[in-house]
Amino acid sequence: MTTLIQYLQYLVNGITLGSIYALIALGYTMVYGILKFINFAHGDILMVGAYTGLLTYTALLGESTNPVWMLTAFFIAMLVSMAFCAALGMFIERVAYKPLRNASRLAPLLSAIGVSFILSNGAAWIFGAQSRRFPYPFDNTPIVIAGLSITPHQILTVTVSVIMMVVLTLFVNKSRMGKAMRATSIDQATSELMGIDVNKIISMTFAIGSALAAVGGILSSFDFRVYASMGTMTGLKAFVAAVIGGIGNIQGAMLGGLILGVLESIGAPLLGIPSALRDTIAFAALIIILLVKPDGILGKNEREKV
Amino acid sequence: MRILETESVSRVFGGVVAVNKVDFHVEQGLVNGLIGPNGAGKTTLFNQITGMDHPTSGRIIFDGKDITRLPAWKISRLGIARTFQNIRLYNDLTVIENVMMGLHFKVGSDPFKGRFVQAVKSYFNAGKENRELYSKALEWLEFFELAPLKDEFARNLPYGNQRELEIARAMASEPKVLFLDEPAAGMNPSETAHLMYIISRIRELGVTVVLIEHDMKLVMNVCDNITVLSFGQKIAEGTPDEIKSDPLVIEAYLGREEE
Repeated sequence: MTTLIQYLQYLVNGITLGSIYALIALGYTMVYGILKFINFAHGDILMVGAYTGLLTYTALLGESTNPVWMLTAFFIAMLVSMAFCAALGMFIERVAYKPLRNASRLAPLLSAIGVSFILSNGAAWIFGAQSRRFPYPFDNTPIVIAGLSITPHQILTVTVSVIMMVVLTLFVNKSRMGKAMRATSIDQATSELMGIDVNKIISMTFAIGSALAAVGGILSSFDFRVYASMGTMTGLKAFVAAVIGGIGNIQGAMLGGLILGVLESIGAPLLGIPSALRDTIAFAALIIILLVKPDGILGKNEREKV
Repeated sequence: MRILETESVSRVFGGVVAVNKVDFHVEQGLVNGLIGPNGAGKTTLFNQITGMDHPTSGRIIFDGKDITRLPAWKISRLGIARTFQNIRLYNDLTVIENVMMGLHFKVGSDPFKGRFVQAVKSYFNAGKENRELYSKALEWLEFFELAPLKDEFARNLPYGNQRELEIARAMASEPKVLFLDEPAAGMNPSETAHLMYIISRIRELGVTVVLIEHDMKLVMNVCDNITVLSFGQKIAEGTPDEIKSDPLVIEAYLGREEE
């Protein structure tokens, strides 16, 4: 009985972790869907998001300990961070990727790795090498329900992620701009002839992806603290999540994120792996999915004449 | 009336002058032919006009506006639609979805600059809007006699139908001028005959057509006027009868007789 509850606990923790992966994976998958290019600087955007959020939050909060203002300040900081990262994402695209759009496919990839180094080393230079704690904007005492302990932080993470994903899904499926985005991901050149401003769509894609990464960065920094290279591992795992779900597929990124989070959380105790090695689970999952179903779980299966 | 004019347009690729100071004009409401031997620069000129590429020098005036340096998507919004020598459809969408794409971003509409309230309204009316688009798209398919194929994937259509679908999609965006780049290429005679019929019906709708074509029977039958390019230069323009008997045109196509 206790083990069942333990595993349910791992499941809850996994879903929390997974929804953060999902938020970040969306940025990889959306950019890939349109440009067929892996934005390796995406992980570092989440680091920038976490720093922006932390700095804005501490600046807004000052000496205040008013719980309502703490929460308000946190959400304002999150919005500021989203806006900043959206602008940063568009700027990076314009400066580092757009000039290389007609170059070989390797060129923007290398450029992305360069941007990644600039961001993480820039942050280390500005903020120093030691990590900072992101204080909880609320009392994080766990709520215990039937032996399961759920922290307010977990509730916040899952709620915010779900809201973001629902809004994104509605935007992509229902709005005209979302339709233009989907059309562009199917065929860029033809879409331009249909009167779609492809450059604007690409900019928007980077803006949305980066804003989601900012949220992911802030939500993950409660557990993992804020430091210059925090984006590397989390970014890589989110990328794995995107591949598992089927890169280029928005629902796939959400599903892949959740699956990866749960696998990591449950896998270590289930397989008896020391928790220091739990990062290997993500990459083992990547290798397995690439061997078994390289298109990912929800990957596009080519519609063909039967 | 001239709806579109190029003024001394040139396009140089390295040392090759693909289009050399061409003054081409398109008469409103008519079928304007653009012919010439292979490599004459016809498609290059099309690309300059539709914004796929931009001229090295010269100006392009459409409907009183200078469109020389505008990007393709803006030109498309102004009312110029085109088809390609090598067909460009959304292969993994169905026939009717392809036409709906043409309708979606049709001339004059802007999914980005729409008034906010309208955008929100259209968001909540997405279902209704989709049904309207669907029935509008179906009308276009009926016009092109493609309605029975509406749920097929575009990639699975026979070649001739793919060409017609590309034209249907272009027409759905309600263009002022329709550019057709070798629409009859690879068609069998009965498909070509049907194409001829389609072009004449498009003309009846009041849409100006510009046609690049090698099938002389088609050109001579449907075109009201013809411009001839050879080695990037305009060598003749006039009615089909004038072109048929123009010695320069005959020379360009058949070569000079040895003295």
